[in-house]
Amino acid sequence: MSEMPPIFELLDVEKAYQVSRPSGFPAQRSFQLKALDGVRLRVEAGSSTALVGESGSGKSTLLRVLLGLTQPTNGHARFRGHPIAEARAAGAGPGNGAGGAGSFHREVAMIYQDARGSLNPRMTVLDLIAEPLRHFRLCSAAEVPARVAQLLQRTGLPGDVARRYPTALSGGQIRRVAIARALAQDPAVLVADEAVSGLDVSTQAQLLNLLRDLQRSMGLTLLFITHDLGVASYLCEHIAIMYLGRIVEAGPTGAVLAAPAHPYARALRAASPQFFAPIAAPLPGEIPSPVDLPPGCRFAGRCGIAQDDCRQTDPALTRLSPARAVACLHPLAT
Amino acid sequence: MTAVLSPAPTDQQPAADTADPLLEVCGLTLHRGTRKIIDDVSLSLGRGETLALVGESGAGKTTIAVALMGLLRRHEARIEGSARFDDMPDLLALREREWTRLRGRRLAMVFQDASAALNPCFTVGSQLMSVLRRKLGLSRAAARTRAIALLDDVGINDAAARLSAYPHELSGGMQQRVMVAIALSCNPELLFADEPTSALDVTIQAQIMRLILDQTRARGASCIFVLHDLALASQSCDRIVVLYAGQVMETGPSETVLTRPLHPYTKLLKFCVLEIGTRELTPPAGGVPSFDAMPQGCRFSTRCPNALPRCASDKPPLLQVEGRMLACWNPQ
Repeated sequence: MSEMPPIFELLDVEKAYQVSRPSGFPAQRSFQLKALDGVRLRVEAGSSTALVGESGSGKSTLLRVLLGLTQPTNGHARFRGHPIAEARAAGAGPGNGAGGAGSFHREVAMIYQDARGSLNPRMTVLDLIAEPLRHFRLCSAAEVPARVAQLLQRTGLPGDVARRYPTALSGGQIRRVAIARALAQDPAVLVADEAVSGLDVSTQAQLLNLLRDLQRSMGLTLLFITHDLGVASYLCEHIAIMYLGRIVEAGPTGAVLAAPAHPYARALRAASPQFFAPIAAPLPGEIPSPVDLPPGCRFAGRCGIAQDDCRQTDPALTRLSPARAVACLHPLAT
Repeated sequence: MTAVLSPAPTDQQPAADTADPLLEVCGLTLHRGTRKIIDDVSLSLGRGETLALVGESGAGKTTIAVALMGLLRRHEARIEGSARFDDMPDLLALREREWTRLRGRRLAMVFQDASAALNPCFTVGSQLMSVLRRKLGLSRAAARTRAIALLDDVGINDAAARLSAYPHELSGGMQQRVMVAIALSCNPELLFADEPTSALDVTIQAQIMRLILDQTRARGASCIFVLHDLALASQSCDRIVVLYAGQVMETGPSETVLTRPLHPYTKLLKFCVLEIGTRELTPPAGGVPSFDAMPQGCRFSTRCPNALPRCASDKPPLLQVEGRMLACWNPQ
């Protein structure tokens, strides 16, 4: 496995947007907004990784970079050792389903946060799931209904759902359809953006069990974006915690959550609801605007243990142990 | 910081007075057409107590809160039962004119989605001050002073300047703080908080929950939370009501109910809660049946692992069992 290039590799990826803000009508000032800054991430084949962060942490931009929907302004983003832009360009167009080099589109499947919005309301479930099969020519037209039935069964849906339209399905069912559609293209990587948020706990638990089972039995690489540490710890072996465009801590989920090294990771962990624990003393303030970042560590303003050097030096993500990395000048004892 | 507004804080936090409850709901039943959305819900709330209504969607948590705030129109639903509130014999029998005097003053609500509940066309200050002027009859200047103090109470920095901000200029957490300030502006005796943090990040969630609990406690008010997160309910509420499809399954002190749940539904709900380090989840199969297909008896009987033949036909009564009230024919 070590000889194989990782599925995704990000090296010091930076994504800056130019934004303008009014500064006294009609003058506009242009700012640089770094949505991602110095992001390093390695996703090995067959692993499961959770990307955790609050709103404004850059999760969505990172997702867009990984899917090749946006180009990083600096740094390298690679898929199986090739730059993502090249991988995408090589794999464009239908009929590249048979595997081989240029199959980025088929190999990377996405489950969107708003599953209902991601599915065409005028198509039946059968057509929705058959679309990737037909597009990538994964099976003959005659085999499509059987393959769809198999996918519905795999995702725990009754067979008669195939004839229905998305509006007739419940929130839990619609997520299962989105998962079935993602699996239809026979992917190597499943990228899920908040795939279980906004659901009832029992439905959420059913879906988490399904995703975990699929990931293990099909050997999928799972990249799961979530704000919920409980979900991350249930589903993923690895975790990367983001704050304001940077990964502040990464490592094996169990170890990181048992003893977080970054003060933000610790605060996030303390804020997660736990039975009968008193509600944690909250972090002061809110995530600052990425347009005017403070000098030094971007968490220093809310950090309880910030020292003078934290306000001057911006810490990079550095190794703490072979498996763990943290971006903090004074990491907590682990 | 709270000195201006809060009633003089007593030295000792008065223990929740259960002998003379603030709110006593008896047999609340709500029909929409042929559907019985809420089926015979009774609950009581002591003074200074916090209560959580928990359950999955369709359990009727929000509907109960909305009905008790008098926000359901007569033609929308047929309501039966009674709700005694302090000296008012029955909230559910009030006319709209009587409600206008009560709502916002003695009962107030924090809604789930602050960005939808605040009016985007008016500044935070004007929305806050209009409540103060209308409900308490304050002058413009007095309302302004009080509005600043209220924003200060809910932890908004530079409150005087924020009065002229429009809701869209504030973050989600700040909008929810403004909602809390508006709800608390007339020192209500009872505050409803309908999923006040479900749209917020976890660190902000902790801030807002602490804020609501601290502020209601400082004012001696009671609070009813609508929550779906059992762990959060255990952290914030004295008592808990577990609802399923409009029926009360189990209710009692949160600690008793959640450490040793007796109802199969409470147990299943508890086993679905993800905490950090949870290894296995065992969710009940299937979903809530539609209201047209509800069984006559216990509505959970279609998914219940302990169901007996009689469960589907006879509704179990809510009885006192081991320190809590339980509605189940076959608890384990």
